[in-house]
Amino acid sequence: MRHTKTWMLALLISGGIAVPAAAQEAQRVISVGGSITEIVYELGAGDRLVAVDTTSSYPPQADDLPDVGYMRQLSAEPILALEPDLLLLVEDAGPPATIEQLRAAGVAIVTLPDQPTLDGVRQKVRQVAAALDLVEDGEGLVTGIEAAQQDVAAKLADLPDRPSVLFLLSVGTGAPLAAGRETSAAGIIEMAGGRNALADFSGFRPLSPEAAAATRAEVVLVTERTLERFGGRDALLARPELAASPAATTGRLVAMDGLLLLGFGPRTPQAVAELAEALHPEIGEVR
Amino acid sequence: MAVTAVRETAGFLHSQAAKARLALVLLACGLGVAFLLSVGIGAVAISPLQVFSIFLDRLGLDWLSAHETMQETVLLAIRLPRACLAVLVGAALAVAGATLQGLFRNPLADPGLIGVSTGAALGAAGVIVLGGSLSLGLSAGLLDLLLPLAAFAGGLCTTLLVYRIASREGRTEVATMLLAGIALNAMAAAAIGLLIFISDDQALRDLNFWLLGSLGGVTWDRLLIAAPLMLAPAMALPLLARPLNGLLLGETEALHLGFDIERVKRVAILLTALAVGASVALTGVIGFIGLVVPHLVRLTLGPDHRLLLPASALLGATLLLLADLLARTLVLPAELPIGILTSCVGGPFFLWLLLRRRGLGLW
Repeated sequence: MRHTKTWMLALLISGGIAVPAAAQEAQRVISVGGSITEIVYELGAGDRLVAVDTTSSYPPQADDLPDVGYMRQLSAEPILALEPDLLLLVEDAGPPATIEQLRAAGVAIVTLPDQPTLDGVRQKVRQVAAALDLVEDGEGLVTGIEAAQQDVAAKLADLPDRPSVLFLLSVGTGAPLAAGRETSAAGIIEMAGGRNALADFSGFRPLSPEAAAATRAEVVLVTERTLERFGGRDALLARPELAASPAATTGRLVAMDGLLLLGFGPRTPQAVAELAEALHPEIGEVR
Repeated sequence: MAVTAVRETAGFLHSQAAKARLALVLLACGLGVAFLLSVGIGAVAISPLQVFSIFLDRLGLDWLSAHETMQETVLLAIRLPRACLAVLVGAALAVAGATLQGLFRNPLADPGLIGVSTGAALGAAGVIVLGGSLSLGLSAGLLDLLLPLAAFAGGLCTTLLVYRIASREGRTEVATMLLAGIALNAMAAAAIGLLIFISDDQALRDLNFWLLGSLGGVTWDRLLIAAPLMLAPAMALPLLARPLNGLLLGETEALHLGFDIERVKRVAILLTALAVGASVALTGVIGFIGLVVPHLVRLTLGPDHRLLLPASALLGATLLLLADLLARTLVLPAELPIGILTSCVGGPFFLWLLLRRRGLGLW
């Protein structure tokens, strides 16, 4: 890295050919947002990454890269020190002041939308591909994701019933947060042929025991980390919020990897298939 | 009786004057060194010579050694305002803490006691949690500006309320002020709890980070708006040193010595509220500096406010600079919230100091 720079500098000083930067594709990319990082790897550009954020846990080799911290708590100087020529940021990344500093320092920044729909996945893939000068590979990936999703959707086309699913997320201590409308959890539940149990509010909210009992959720869906935090299946289903629900009596609890389930990246069809199998055991294998 | 005590104290202190001057000079040198370290060290490598040449470059002089634009940006737009902010906030918090400890004659007083920190946190929490639902009409930039404003207003309002509650017929009961501060802190904390309860996961995370404090992301314009609010009180509070010395003997005695104690209370409360409100608005809640630094100074240099206040300012600035240096270099390329560091290091160190001083000889 240092050597390349010295060499480039030497080239420039010795009157060599100055290459216009715009004509080069970005070679030192920092990706912030788990699904963005996945897309970069899917496009075969993983070797161009110099750092990722904490939410980038897949594929495994992303773990070997330097970690610039939690995506909403970035710090400008360490990012500049990595000398990125492209910064891919998921919509929620921040804080705004840091992004502003990075912009002022002349880093090329591409902010990517994060809609929890198949259309959102398409948009994300196309924009990441465009930023990496891999438009054709991007189209190929979109086609692949669409085909996989159509396969899964076809198998879920005429399901007799759509079970009510309650998604719970633990952040820190205290009561778990439940997913309402317009959340990534609601999006994936709908796609997998379920009904989101809570439709009277949007976003994530703490759940009172009575409200939880009133939902009559048939299935409880959690991320694996949440399950760990609440001390396993039995401990979670025994919580007062859930004890009265049908899910607790039948013991229907589904735990999936958080990034796979909620990321809305290239693996979304796989997430839909896995979740659908868990929600509709009667239809057998979906994948 | 009291007067002779004061005279004796004064005589004793006079013989200490040389020592005091030396202490202040040493502390100032320490601050200078910490500032240079803070500006010179970071994720981006900039050699001391390059630092120097970047500054000279700004002054229109020829540079001594080659440096890149990126290094210049990092030094002038990121590191320098951040170091200045650390100096201002550290000094403001420490002086405010020292003043309040003197005013309340209570070694456990810290800037949070008069409600300013919790009030500011409530203002910020309101923006973080409810701002999301209001943000339909607000741009991210405006929301970003609303947060420090709300924090500042929240801190100031809470303190003024505490002061009003404790004032009757032109007299302010210090003990009542303490209790009112505790009551309002509890109420503000409850309101924050309520906000936490209705917040979604993103707001909750943002709020958590804010409550842990950070000096990152500060820009020159924002620093220049807030700087007078921190700098002026930090410079003016040492002027209260004599009446605060008088208060060491008790309120009645201080009155007999000719100090207008009520006025001192008003000025002290207003200045500390301004300084701490502005600090919290820019950085979030940074614990322990306001409580520990005055004690450190007292344990080493004695209780005379003429020395305690300026020395606290210098030491507070130095310690916060060093804490921030650790916060932004320990876990590269990420960053630690500074509140974690100040409490992590400050707590045990403070305990050790106490135990050593009491000769408990626990270890």
